[in-house]
Amino acid sequence: MLTNLGLGALFLTFIISFYGIGAAIYGAKTKSPVWVASARNAMLLTFPLLTLSALSLIYLLVTGHYEVEYVARVTSGSMPVYLKITSLWGGQAGSLLFWSWLMSAFASAVMLRKWDRDKEFLPWVIVVTLVTLAFFLLLALFVENPFRRVWMTPDGLKIALFQPAGAFLARAVPQGLNPLLRHYGMVIHPPMLYLGFVSFVIPYAFAIAALVTGRNNDRWIRVTRRWTLAAWLFLSAGLILGARWAYDVLGWGGYWGWDPVEVAALMPWLTGTAFLHSVVIQEKRDMLKRWNMALIILTYALVIFGTFLTRSGVLSSVHAFAESAIGPLFFGFIGITFITSLGLVLWRWNSLKTEVRMTSLFSREAMFLVNNLLLVAIFIVCFWGVVFPLLTEATGFIGARIPSLANVFTGQKITVGPPYYERAAGPLFAALLFLMGICPLAAWGHSTVQTLGRAIWKPLAASLVILVLAFVAGARHPGALLAFWLLGYAGAVIVYEFGRAVLARHSQTGENLLAALNRLVGKNRRRYGGALIHLSIVLMALGIIGIEMFQTQTQGSIPQGKTLKLGNYEILYADLKPVTSSTNEKTTATINVFKNGRPAGTLHPSRAIYFDSGQTVTTPGLRSTLEDDLYVVLVDWETISAEGATFKVYRNPLVNWLWLGAILLIFGTFVAGWPERERRT
Amino acid sequence: MVQKMVLPMKNLLLLPAVLFLALLTAGAAVAQSPTPAAITDDQVNAVARELFCPECENIPLDVCPSTACADMRAEIRQKLEQGWTKAQIKQYYVERYGDRVLGAPPARGWNWLMYVIPPAAILAVAWVFYNAFRAWKRPTPQTVAQPSETQSPPAVADDYVARLEAELKKAKK
Repeated sequence: MLTNLGLGALFLTFIISFYGIGAAIYGAKTKSPVWVASARNAMLLTFPLLTLSALSLIYLLVTGHYEVEYVARVTSGSMPVYLKITSLWGGQAGSLLFWSWLMSAFASAVMLRKWDRDKEFLPWVIVVTLVTLAFFLLLALFVENPFRRVWMTPDGLKIALFQPAGAFLARAVPQGLNPLLRHYGMVIHPPMLYLGFVSFVIPYAFAIAALVTGRNNDRWIRVTRRWTLAAWLFLSAGLILGARWAYDVLGWGGYWGWDPVEVAALMPWLTGTAFLHSVVIQEKRDMLKRWNMALIILTYALVIFGTFLTRSGVLSSVHAFAESAIGPLFFGFIGITFITSLGLVLWRWNSLKTEVRMTSLFSREAMFLVNNLLLVAIFIVCFWGVVFPLLTEATGFIGARIPSLANVFTGQKITVGPPYYERAAGPLFAALLFLMGICPLAAWGHSTVQTLGRAIWKPLAASLVILVLAFVAGARHPGALLAFWLLGYAGAVIVYEFGRAVLARHSQTGENLLAALNRLVGKNRRRYGGALIHLSIVLMALGIIGIEMFQTQTQGSIPQGKTLKLGNYEILYADLKPVTSSTNEKTTATINVFKNGRPAGTLHPSRAIYFDSGQTVTTPGLRSTLEDDLYVVLVDWETISAEGATFKVYRNPLVNWLWLGAILLIFGTFVAGWPERERRT
Repeated sequence: MVQKMVLPMKNLLLLPAVLFLALLTAGAAVAQSPTPAAITDDQVNAVARELFCPECENIPLDVCPSTACADMRAEIRQKLEQGWTKAQIKQYYVERYGDRVLGAPPARGWNWLMYVIPPAAILAVAWVFYNAFRAWKRPTPQTVAQPSETQSPPAVADDYVARLEAELKKAKK
């Protein structure tokens, strides 16, 4: 029953989206507010309908309706309820519905804002969001439908939406969610990433509306500033939560492996970050109009591309892509929207001309340009790193068709992993850090080497002190010293910026320093929120440099009562306890940690083997301090017993600063995005 | 008699030489095949870390839990025991499974594109930026000399910064 309800609601939404698109275009063309209002209502209606559809699927998941093929694929009776709910986005079909539902929520929220000043944008915003929604609904309905059921027919089991002649409902064998996804991270990480993805559609929709209506001054940017910031925040949070999840679950001592799936989510973040910066130049100096359009169009395309990469199976094999209809459909959609958008930019090319002049290579707008160049450069590195292996594999099709070219187009698979990305993107990230240390000191308009020099020397001197401290603390590698100096410098600039403004306010108004800081930030949230985000990036970079440059590790088999040494740490294998539950058999070791010979706590790394899939999940034991993490894993391919168990021990210096920085990043984004009372009209 | 004496003498003289030779060959034998305990997990992982699982996607060999990878690590241990270098072992796996066992493709054949395209694309974007910058700068050559006469805003266009600078000046006084 609920299957039909969910399916019906999904189908109705699909029809309504088409109506909305038609009504909006007609309303805009005939300048008829009634039709636009009708389109707006259609948009608003998609949300309750998709909520109904999503809730139906959640009900089916939670109550174990295994006649629905998707339910059987991602849940099993032994899973806790919260994981059954999260299974909504645990598989392909469900996540397409979930994506659509979030998209409709965001678009509806936009519909509810005041449109008085932006009436001409409204129909086109509706068109863009509904076209995007309709595309995802198309996939969820006709390619990967989560409501397909298993039927017993005279010819055997069949999977279909509706009852074939002479068939009756059958129950599929529940397989359950991949054990690696059975983690609290599953509750929050995918929704954050998806929220980031769908909310970037909003600024894109306004950009297209600005192009179509010809009202392409900076109004669309001002309207969507907070939407963009929210999108950026969700995407950032999604990426960081994913990193933390990998660190806690995957058990390889790291947080980021430059896996194509990770890179797919990073790419829109890179162009989105560039966009967040470059729109400031348009607002302040009325420049870069074309570039901003290009950036948001690219970001939108990358959002869809990222979903495509993670959802089409193309990464595991190009052949999987060719076999399923979902890949070509995505490809077509990205192509059509991208070309149409660029066409609109070309159509408005002349009116997007910049009137104002740039005067100095040392001005802030010039620095923003360099920032954009660096972010786009990292994006190019990432894009090629993901796409090139797909291309080389795809050339195999040519080789297979034309035997004489078989040796040229071998279609051989290649891996593009950390060695490529680190070498290519590492220096670019370092350059970004350096720029972060110069840009806030440069003025808009004119700025010369002299004015910049006057502003720079104090933080520069402070950073040299940090360099000396790092050297004294034992850092000798030139790369590490350079990295620490960069961090020190970028950090000092931010502290200097805060410090001198607070002091000025303090001596002028007589407020105490804390009150002065509070008032200062309150008066210019955007500037100081941005500075806080920069500070968070410095902290996160400290964590990344710590683990990337100074991680040490060892592996060894030790019998109970014996120790394994790593640097000034020693771990003692004290005990082992197997526990069998309904889903898995979990073996937990007790490890006593010693630091410099003194007891430093107990850890419990464990390893669980899941009955339904036979998959092993290792959970590391973690001793976390600001100085370093001791990360102990029970190696999962060796036997474990009292006689001996194999442990892998990592020491990850400074890595906690990465997570602390992430918290500051969220706080800073809230500061930057919070409405400013005095400027509200 | 003399001869009789000579022979044992000869043998006695030979003895240390034989012993020495025996020790030498034994030593060489030990050096050639050390006991398995001589190769630590860390030495195996140091090689495995630079290789990728040939079956699964993007999982480094030192952390891959699959049986195929466990067998590969055992094989690496054997090869290290036999005195193979890291480079030789990597080459061995490339010949067996193809370039995909390496973390980044070696720059040969089509793979050159892997390393040529990104810098070329970045340079192209940089070139576009540079040209845009020059176009923006061209019509106002006198700005540096007479900034007050140009249309562009003064050095501190940001009124917030202006206020801050003013406050700073006051504070200094």
